[in-house]
Amino acid sequence: MLAFAIRRLFEAAIVMITVALLAFVLFRFVGDPVNQMVGQDTSLEDRERLREELGLNDPVALQFGRFLANAARFDFGISYQVKQPVTHIIAERFPATLELAAAAALFAVLLGIPMGVYTGIHRDSWLSKIFLTVSLVGISLPTFLIGILLIYVFAVRLGMLPSFGRGEVVQVGFWRTGLLTASGLKALIMPAVTLGLFQMTLVTRLVRSEMLEVLRTDYIKFARARGLTARAINFGHALKNTLVPVITVIGLQIGAIIAFAIITETVFQWPGMGLMFIQAVHNADIPVMAAYLMLVAFLFVLINFVVDLVYVWVDPRIRIFGRAA
Amino acid sequence: MKLKILTVTGALALTLLAAPVEAKTFRYAFQGDLNALDPYTLNESFTLGALGNVYEGLTKRDKDLKIIPGLAERWEIVDPLRWRFYLRKGVKFHGGEDFTADDVVFSTERMRSPGSQMKSRAPLDMKAVKVDDYTVDFVLTSPNPILHAEWDTWYMMSKKWAEANGATQAQMSTATSLNPFALKANGTGPFIIASHEPGVKTTFRPNPNWWGKPEHNLTEVTFQTIKSDATRVAALLSGEIDMMDPVPVQDIDRLKSSPNVDVLIGPEIRTIFLNMDSMRDELLYSNVKGKNPFKDARVRKAFYQAIDIDAIHTKVMRGMSVNSALLISPLLFARAGEFKRHPYDVAAAKKLMAEAGYPNGFEVVMDCPNDRYVNDEAICQAVAQMLARIEVKVKLNAQPKAKYFQKVLATSKYDSSFSLLGWTPGSLDSWNVLANIIGCRDADGKGAAFNLGGYCNPKIDELAKKILVEADTKKRDDMITEAFRICHDEAGIIPLHQQSLIWGVSKKVKMVQRADNQILFYWVQMQ
Repeated sequence: MLAFAIRRLFEAAIVMITVALLAFVLFRFVGDPVNQMVGQDTSLEDRERLREELGLNDPVALQFGRFLANAARFDFGISYQVKQPVTHIIAERFPATLELAAAAALFAVLLGIPMGVYTGIHRDSWLSKIFLTVSLVGISLPTFLIGILLIYVFAVRLGMLPSFGRGEVVQVGFWRTGLLTASGLKALIMPAVTLGLFQMTLVTRLVRSEMLEVLRTDYIKFARARGLTARAINFGHALKNTLVPVITVIGLQIGAIIAFAIITETVFQWPGMGLMFIQAVHNADIPVMAAYLMLVAFLFVLINFVVDLVYVWVDPRIRIFGRAA
Repeated sequence: MKLKILTVTGALALTLLAAPVEAKTFRYAFQGDLNALDPYTLNESFTLGALGNVYEGLTKRDKDLKIIPGLAERWEIVDPLRWRFYLRKGVKFHGGEDFTADDVVFSTERMRSPGSQMKSRAPLDMKAVKVDDYTVDFVLTSPNPILHAEWDTWYMMSKKWAEANGATQAQMSTATSLNPFALKANGTGPFIIASHEPGVKTTFRPNPNWWGKPEHNLTEVTFQTIKSDATRVAALLSGEIDMMDPVPVQDIDRLKSSPNVDVLIGPEIRTIFLNMDSMRDELLYSNVKGKNPFKDARVRKAFYQAIDIDAIHTKVMRGMSVNSALLISPLLFARAGEFKRHPYDVAAAKKLMAEAGYPNGFEVVMDCPNDRYVNDEAICQAVAQMLARIEVKVKLNAQPKAKYFQKVLATSKYDSSFSLLGWTPGSLDSWNVLANIIGCRDADGKGAAFNLGGYCNPKIDELAKKILVEADTKKRDDMITEAFRICHDEAGIIPLHQQSLIWGVSKKVKMVQRADNQILFYWVQMQ
């Protein structure tokens, strides 16, 4: 187990450095941050001076070295646009994205798994067919379309839910949460559904196909022969063994949800990291972009690591074969 | 019995009279956001407009953009090199400090601190001299009849407050530590900033000690950023906000047909125009070798006349534009009506191209932003197609503004042959246009730094020098007309149009739309 962890840590470090290098090379081509920072009438001398102060005229290797050295100390500099330390901005926006991602993942899992089980067990019932059609819609419509559609129906037509923003937030320690207020919870519904719909479809179909396969295996037949209740068989034995691929997919998807909630956050003006990132791209705000990419890389590495650990815990079969490693 | 009835009615009447004033909250949203509250940090029209409700300058502009007294009651030109401003008495900053001449002198120094982007608001060698507590002299080294033209956005700050809060230098763009004063505002204006979360939400409350008479009936104002056009429109339609800017042109009809919402459309003072590289001896991005076709006025005029501006107005801008013959809005130059665009005439354009030696046209690359001006990319596409009719093959290179401006401005030495630009003269005066857009420049950008094509006619520069110091309005306008006439006849730069301002407002709101797109809620009345 220890060797496993150390190897993983080493791989993680390589991934992070590669991402940092690639990001840095790309940033030569994102445009001129100085023009985005100053007004129209700013003189050329002032712009040149700003460029010097930001270190934009130094050779690339030097800028990269400086960036790595600072990143090791978690100092990602000051945002060109917002003029606050980048770590501070990210810390401010992180809770919003995390809450949204958690809500979306919860929605996907809580709806997806039961739907998957049902459609796996009752293959040909009309309810199954309805579920599968709905899930197809979830995959085929692009995120922004779903979001705008929901806004149109629930905010403009029915006036039941807010069309943008996070509602009232409460400061709990260092975490600003929207979960403790009514308006916060109302504001969370549509973005979570929008973001989670795609994952829900994946989970449903995956669970369904896995259930279909597992229900045909020998040990399930033996369990039935022994006289276990349908409930014990379906959920206690079959479902647990279908979970390995499901967890893999959910794990990867959570990383994707967190990193790429950009579109949902833009549509709903959700003050999270995705919105921050897209604004940074627009404004060629390099410190923010660099820090965000590093954070995303780190998240993916971490999630993959956790997913591997969870395998061992969930599926009894893996422990048997994994021992040899 | 009668006594009982009277007492009850009397009590009811009293409660009605004592009923609290209904809270009137004005909520508005914009596509950009409000960051630092330091009025000298960012020279950008939205920020300055929002801060214009909280801070004030020595002068202000009224609903028609005319200069009116602000923190100065009146002023006189003692002699061409000395302007005397008489300050309003009894004005207090939100923090309680009195406004005096010391604050004006301090603001003049602070405006020139290294982090300030407002340095061009006044000549760099102008000196502010305190005459007494409520009189300030501004001493110049050369006459400047429009000295105070940009002073409505040069906001006065309190010296005492700045010294107490470490804010004597403007918030720098490269600060290594966060300056707390940049998130606080202390002005003299009709509104106070009650709370501010950069990029998320800002709340304003009326200033009970304001020196003037309020022309609004608001008890609170909230500002939020909503980047996504569709979401902003939805928020207005659902009644979650009362006003928003800008409205995408394709949503105008939708808003107009809604029962609760209206659309305010008015002229904006930003002019959109096309630049052609007439400075280099050979174009960087063309197939013409050994010479530069744009150096020939006939080629430029051919391009001008090949563009069907009415089609652009109807089809691309959907009527939301005002065709322009000049590089400045007619709202800002009284004699603009004397100019008419060169007529759209493809046959004449072809003839000019043939005369100039390009009967089969040539190829050229056009640079265009795609997220800066209203429908900018669509305009460029239309122009490219129109130029095909005179055999000019245009390859369109549209980019986001961060990349576009890096390419076409002095940063990359004007790396373009044909480009689109928009300009609003900050001083709302023609000299600004001559000095920044039409005047001569060198290859590094010294001179008219935003003259992307490098068009140069020394006569215009001579006129500009005289215009700067001419105090007689009629003589000045004559010279401006002459300068514009030269540029127009040679088609040095091709003007297209002024964009329209399109605001979406709830029907409960009555507000003034000023052509400089500043959202001033001290003129807002809500039902």
